[in-house]
Amino acid sequence: MKRAFLILAAVTALLLIYATYQALVVAPTERTMGDVQRIFYYHVPSAWTAGCLFFVNLVASVIYLIRRSSWSDALAASAAEVGVIFCTIVLITGPLWARPVWGIWWTWDMRLTSTLVLWLIYVSYLLLRRFSDSAQTPVLAAVLAIFGALDVPLVYFSIWFFRTQHPQPVMGNGGSLDPRMLHVFLLNLGVFTLFGALLCWARFHIETVRRQLDETRALEALLDDGRTGSSPARSTR
Amino acid sequence: MTSIQFMWAAYASVWIIHGAYITVLVRRYLRLRREQDELP
Repeated sequence: MKRAFLILAAVTALLLIYATYQALVVAPTERTMGDVQRIFYYHVPSAWTAGCLFFVNLVASVIYLIRRSSWSDALAASAAEVGVIFCTIVLITGPLWARPVWGIWWTWDMRLTSTLVLWLIYVSYLLLRRFSDSAQTPVLAAVLAIFGALDVPLVYFSIWFFRTQHPQPVMGNGGSLDPRMLHVFLLNLGVFTLFGALLCWARFHIETVRRQLDETRALEALLDDGRTGSSPARSTR
Repeated sequence: MTSIQFMWAAYASVWIIHGAYITVLVRRYLRLRREQDELP
């Protein structure tokens, strides 16, 4: 398993280097925006990966509510954390693109605002998991995840449902993209998805090991209690 | 800032964030491994 992970990590690293080279060097320069348009090759795949990870979080949360299995709770926590990382990237690269193109860093339009709300919901989710000691925390987190996931389609469809400054999709719905740009975009989309899955896998493994360690410690504490409990000093209490 | 500087800033910020997160994951993993080894 460890060997498979390391091989996949090495392949992903090479693919990321190749995809970045394609985005920075091979993809043609956009006529009106210039080089700043190349942010698109990282911005959109990051948004897509965040969306996929939040979907994994949703599915794992639903499974947890039905089965109460530890692995599904661990997967939900892992997917949310990695999803927040990718969503943070979306919220940073977006304004860095908007400033030279729109002349402003930020506008409170539906796509941008719903993305910020999405980020805030999942940051709250992580804070809940981090600071709540209650045995009900996984259940509360799973319910919050289901409500949080409702924002994902709102983010996606906001550019159709509301008047927004955010660019419309460049593929489908009458949009068009230079085939060389499309190739680089799809490459980055695939590689970022793989990278997100790899990070989620690593985070899931860490979470599993942490839980095993906690269980071992709890068992040891219980055994210690049992030993001291049977000792004369304890039994006289 | 010029258009290309914004592009570099975006690409750099992406890899700073990912690099920092990967470092956090590796440190968490190494700490857990150490704690596992310390268990009797």
